[in-house]
Amino acid sequence: MADTPKPDELAKIDHTPPVFRGWMDTQPEIRPGIACYGSKSKDLKYVDMPNPRDWSPFDDDWKLPENWEETIHEGFKDRLGRFRSFKLFMDICVRCGACADKCHFFIGSGDPKNMPVMRAELLRSIYRKKFTVGGKLLGRLAGARELTEDALKELWYYLYQCTECRRCSLFCPYGIDMAEITIMGRELTNLVGLNIDWIAAPVANCYRTGNHLGIQPHAYKDMLDFFTDEIEDITGLRMEQDLNRKGAEILFITPSGDVFADPGTFTCMGYMMLFHYLKSLGLDITWSTYASEGGNFGYFTSHEMAKRLNAKMYAEAKRLGVKWILGGECGHMWRVLNQYMDTFNGPADFLEEPVSPITGTRFENAKTTKMTHIIEFTADLIKNNKLKLDPSRNDNLKVTFHDSCNPARGMGILEEPRYVIKNVCNNFYEMPPSTIREQTFCCGSGAGLNAGENMELRMRGGLPRANAVKFVHEKHDVNMLACICAIDRAVLPNLMEYWVPEVDVTGVHEMVANALVFEGEKKRTTDLRGEPLPGMEDEEDV
Amino acid sequence: MPSVEFEGNTYNVDEDGFIDDFNNWNKDWVRHVKTTEGIEEMTDEHWKVINVLQDYYKKNGIAPMVRILSKVTGFKLKYIYELFPSGPGKGACKMAGLPKPTGCV
Repeated sequence: MADTPKPDELAKIDHTPPVFRGWMDTQPEIRPGIACYGSKSKDLKYVDMPNPRDWSPFDDDWKLPENWEETIHEGFKDRLGRFRSFKLFMDICVRCGACADKCHFFIGSGDPKNMPVMRAELLRSIYRKKFTVGGKLLGRLAGARELTEDALKELWYYLYQCTECRRCSLFCPYGIDMAEITIMGRELTNLVGLNIDWIAAPVANCYRTGNHLGIQPHAYKDMLDFFTDEIEDITGLRMEQDLNRKGAEILFITPSGDVFADPGTFTCMGYMMLFHYLKSLGLDITWSTYASEGGNFGYFTSHEMAKRLNAKMYAEAKRLGVKWILGGECGHMWRVLNQYMDTFNGPADFLEEPVSPITGTRFENAKTTKMTHIIEFTADLIKNNKLKLDPSRNDNLKVTFHDSCNPARGMGILEEPRYVIKNVCNNFYEMPPSTIREQTFCCGSGAGLNAGENMELRMRGGLPRANAVKFVHEKHDVNMLACICAIDRAVLPNLMEYWVPEVDVTGVHEMVANALVFEGEKKRTTDLRGEPLPGMEDEEDV
Repeated sequence: MPSVEFEGNTYNVDEDGFIDDFNNWNKDWVRHVKTTEGIEEMTDEHWKVINVLQDYYKKNGIAPMVRILSKVTGFKLKYIYELFPSGPGKGACKMAGLPKPTGCV
C-alpha cells in the first residue's frame, strides 16, 4: 500500500494544464495511491463476469482477452442502441468547460483529465472514431482516436477516479449526466474484466450472503444482539429486534456497514432504539438477514449486476408478506431505488403505498417503489409530535451536515435531515451554500472508491468537503459532521482525521437516539458511544 | 497472486500482504507479520487478540466488528493500536490470517 503524502504536501496543487502537448499525446502514469487494485479472479467467477484472472493495473500486461477490441466495440454499439441518454450525452457536449472546476477530483488533484469534460472526452473520442462520420473521416481533427490498449488503460484509470456524484452535471448547461457516462464506461471495461477489487469483492459477497461484507444470518443476529446488550447498559431497557418475521407490516433494510463498522454501528443502535420506542405506538417492523444490504456495489459494475443484487429486496418483502419497506441511512441505495428499481425488479404491485402507522402520513413519493427513506419517516414523526426528545443530551456537539450526493442531488432529500437534526440537537451550523444541498461536495470515496490502497486519491477528492468543514470548525467550533450515508460514515472519519482532526462523524439516527426520552429508562450518563453526557462528566464510571 | 517465503513456508498473499486462505495460516505466519508490523515481542495480550479473532472467524466467517473485539478482549481500541500499530484490521487480522473486510467499511 502506497504511503499517503502529508496534508501540507498534498495541499500544494497545480491547476495549470500542460501548454505544449495535447491531451491525446499524454499518457498517464498509473500511480499507486491513486489507482485501486484489480479485481480478483475468484470474485468475478462467483458472479460469472467476463475474463476472470488475477491482474494488477501496475503491471504492463493487464491480461486482456484476445478479442477485447471487438468486445468493447460491440458493447458500445449495444449500449448506444439501448440507452438514448447515452447516445445523446456522447453527441451534445460543446466543451464549454462549465463543469471543469466543479469536480472534487480536479480541485484536489489538478490533473486536467479529471475535469469532467475531459474524462468524458476519453470515451467520446473513441465513440467518434467508431460511430461518427466526421470522426471516421477526419480522425484527430474531429477529436477522434483509435481504441488502443493505452487508450483503454487511460480510460480505466480515470473512470475509477469519478465517484458518480453528479456535481458537475448540476452546472452543465445541457444537463449531461456525467455519472451515466462513467456508469457506461465502467460497464464497457467490465466486459473485458477490468474492474477493481474493492467493488468486485463486495459484489461477490452480496450475491452469496445478501450483503457486501459477507455476514451470514447467525452473525447478523449476533451483531444485533451485541447492540441490544450495549443499549441495555446505557438505558436499562432491553430493546430486542425482530429478524425475518413473517407477517410484519414493514421490512427494514439498511447498509451492512451499519451493523459492522464504526461509527455506523451507533447509527444502527439509533434505528433499534427508535423502533423500540415506536413499538407501543403501533410500529410492526422486522429486519432481514437475507435482504441485509441497502447498498449496491453492483451499480458500480453494470445495470445488470445492480438488478441482480437488488432483487433480494422485493423477494424478501414478498416472502415475509410485508406491506412496504423502510430503508436506512444510505446514499447510492437511494439512487438505485429512486431511478431504477421500478424497472429493474418492479413493479412491486404486491406491496402497498407506504403509510406511517404512527402518524397516518402517506409517503406519496414512494408510490411506485414502496420504499421510504428513514429520514423522511423520522422527520414526519417529529413533525407530528410523536417523539419525546431532549436535545440537550447532544449539547456537547456542534453539528454540521454533509449532504450525501445521491439522496441530495439524486432525489432531493434536503430539508428532512436538517429538520431532524435541529430537533435533536441545539447547535447546528451550515457549511457555505456552494458546498451543501444540491451543490454538495462529494466525500471523495463513493461509487466503490472507498478502498485503502487509493488513500491519496480519496484525500485529494475529499479536500473540498473537508475544507468546508474546516471553515465551520474554525468559525463555529463545529466538532461533529453528520451524514445519512454508510459510505460517508466509513470514509469521512479518515478524511477528517487527515484534514480536520478535531471533527468526528455521526449518522443522524445516532443523535436521534441520544435525544430520545424513554419511559422507564434509567438516568442516562453516557451517549451511545459511552462518552459522558453534558454535565455528567464527573459521573463517568472509569 | 504474489507469494511470501518464510522459514520454509510459502504463503499466497494479496497486494496488502493478507494470506489468501485462512486454512493456510500457521504460527510461523505470525512471526513473519510480527517483523513487518514492527512488533518487538509477542505477548499474551497479542495472542489473546489473535485467538479472539480466529475463534470468531471460525464461527462466523468474517472478522468481528471492532467493538466486539474490544469487549471480548477487554482492550480499548487505543490499546489494540498499541499492540498492533497498523490497527485491528490491517495489523491484527492480517496476523491472524483473516481476510480484509470490504464494502461500506
